[in-house]
Amino acid sequence: MKALTLEHLNKTYKGGVVALRDVNLTVEEGDFFGLLGPNGAGKSTMIGIISSLVTKTAGRVVVFDHDLDRHTWEAKASLGLVPQEFNFNNFETVEQIVLNQAGYYGIRRRLARQRAERYLRELGLWEKRRAVSRTLSGGMKRRLMIARALVHEPRLLILDEPTAGVDIELRRSMWEFLRRINQEYGVTIILTTHYLEEAESLCRNIAIIDEGRIIENTDTQSLLTRLSTHDFVLDLKHPLEQLPAKLTFNVRQLSPRQLEVEIHKHQTLTALFSELAQAGIEVSSMKNKSNRLEELFLRLLQGDRDGSSAVA
Amino acid sequence: MYWQRTLVALGTIARKEAQRYLRIWVQTLLPPAITMALYFVIFGNLIGPRIGPMDGYTYIDFIVPGIIMMAVITNSYSNVVSSFFGAKFQRHVEEILVSPTPNAVILLGYISGGVSRGLLTGFIVTLVSMAFTRIEIHSIPITVSVVFLTSVLFSLGGFINAVFARKFDDISIVPVFILTPLTYLGGVFYSISLLPDFWRMASMANPVLYMVNAFRYGILGASDINIWVAYGLVLMFISILAAFSMYLLNRGVGIRG
Ligand SMILES: Nc1ncnc2c1ncn2[C@@H]1O[C@H](COP(=O)(O)OP(=O)(O)OP(=O)(O)O)[C@@H](O)[C@H]1O
Ligand SMILES: [Mg+2]
Repeated sequence: MKALTLEHLNKTYKGGVVALRDVNLTVEEGDFFGLLGPNGAGKSTMIGIISSLVTKTAGRVVVFDHDLDRHTWEAKASLGLVPQEFNFNNFETVEQIVLNQAGYYGIRRRLARQRAERYLRELGLWEKRRAVSRTLSGGMKRRLMIARALVHEPRLLILDEPTAGVDIELRRSMWEFLRRINQEYGVTIILTTHYLEEAESLCRNIAIIDEGRIIENTDTQSLLTRLSTHDFVLDLKHPLEQLPAKLTFNVRQLSPRQLEVEIHKHQTLTALFSELAQAGIEVSSMKNKSNRLEELFLRLLQGDRDGSSAVA
Repeated sequence: MYWQRTLVALGTIARKEAQRYLRIWVQTLLPPAITMALYFVIFGNLIGPRIGPMDGYTYIDFIVPGIIMMAVITNSYSNVVSSFFGAKFQRHVEEILVSPTPNAVILLGYISGGVSRGLLTGFIVTLVSMAFTRIEIHSIPITVSVVFLTSVLFSLGGFINAVFARKFDDISIVPVFILTPLTYLGGVFYSISLLPDFWRMASMANPVLYMVNAFRYGILGASDINIWVAYGLVLMFISILAAFSMYLLNRGVGIRG
């Protein structure tokens, strides 16, 4: 079954910013799905529409076969949201926040108390249950948002940059936790992140969104393979009749004076040049042939620097 | 099943709202008790005897219903406007918006918060007034229904104000420039029969006048106006404001991007 289907989703904000352009996406039940994209790409807008915090301009959202507009209760009850920014009532306690959230989903107090205790304990917040949310540290607030999103036991959990501003140790324990609820409880997870390492270690499938468009939707392995290679175009000093057969590099001849080479991360340019020199090929100049995906990742990585050094 | 869940959601919002004003009782419940006690001391005990009877009642007996009503109106309104605006401002309204709680239940929940605070304040002010005079209630059903409907009406007003408010100033403009004048000129301190013709006619356009008078009728058995007209007006205003509030919620005005 599909946990989430988005059809022709469009969003234009008041003032004219086009945040989503014809987004189509499906996420399978049980998947751990990463949504990547630079700042302002439209990730939070997409999540906002799925979770009813943003009104869509056009399109359809289906959560576990429930159309969000027609079977609103079922669709919303199957979904849990961890938003990008803290949105607690500053004066409520940790326990009140989780209990109230359960109440909004129609869960009676007695059951809500059991669930609240369970998830607060799992996230290491039980000792803090009487603390007012305003007094929590950033990391505790992030964990509280996760407990709050799980109290109605949704089948689909969406997290918008859950580990932003969280230290390495806590980040790893959050990863552990998310992996566990995905594997043991079968909760489908969609998360956005600016940390490639996070997407790499958690997500089975990844979509990349840029300027409101999904420009890539594939499994993590093939994405990483594509990202770990660089394409270069070499200009040759002398025209070349025939490419030598015994090259270890993946070389393509574009024209008599131009070659294209694919270099993996573990290979070096020095090795390439010595191999070409041995074959009697002289290179006069070279340029990096960048594709859109690489450009995008460069920007993603740049964004990463403000946060931490967690780069794959 | 659906109704059960909806009721739990409604109960959750109502409880949370009550917890909010009880937690900050020094800002919510204490001030009306003090202000209204001052009104009773100054206008009732000190100046009242010099004013003499109003509509055949001692002055303090005449103003007690109006002052209770004034407390109910301001507190119902300000509870919903501050609470809902606060929820928007701190963004925790999103907790409810992501949940399956239907819009009508969100509205009812916030209104119930305004009504419970309005009625609680009215009750406190009534207790305070008993230190100054003896009240006998002419008609309990009329008194209770009028105060309840008035509280609902002004809670709805506070809700709409909060939906449109973008900054803190916006939640005090209506109370200061509209609500307070309407209440003071709504026959709380005087009978409109004292007014010259023109001002008496003008007062008839003030909806608060009808509510204050209907409430006074419930307590004293005397009113400047026909109380059935008051019921009709209040019910009409409630329907209009409730429909408008639902329209705003369904459109997501001020709360959904
Ligand atoms: N409430 C709003 N009103 C107008 N424009 C908005 C609003 N929210 C977002 N936008 C615009 O929509 C675009 C997408 O923003 P969005 O928050 O969805 O990006 P994002 O991918 O989540 O970025 P980030 O990684 O920085 O969180 C941006 O151009 C942003 O300025
Ligand atoms: Mg975002």
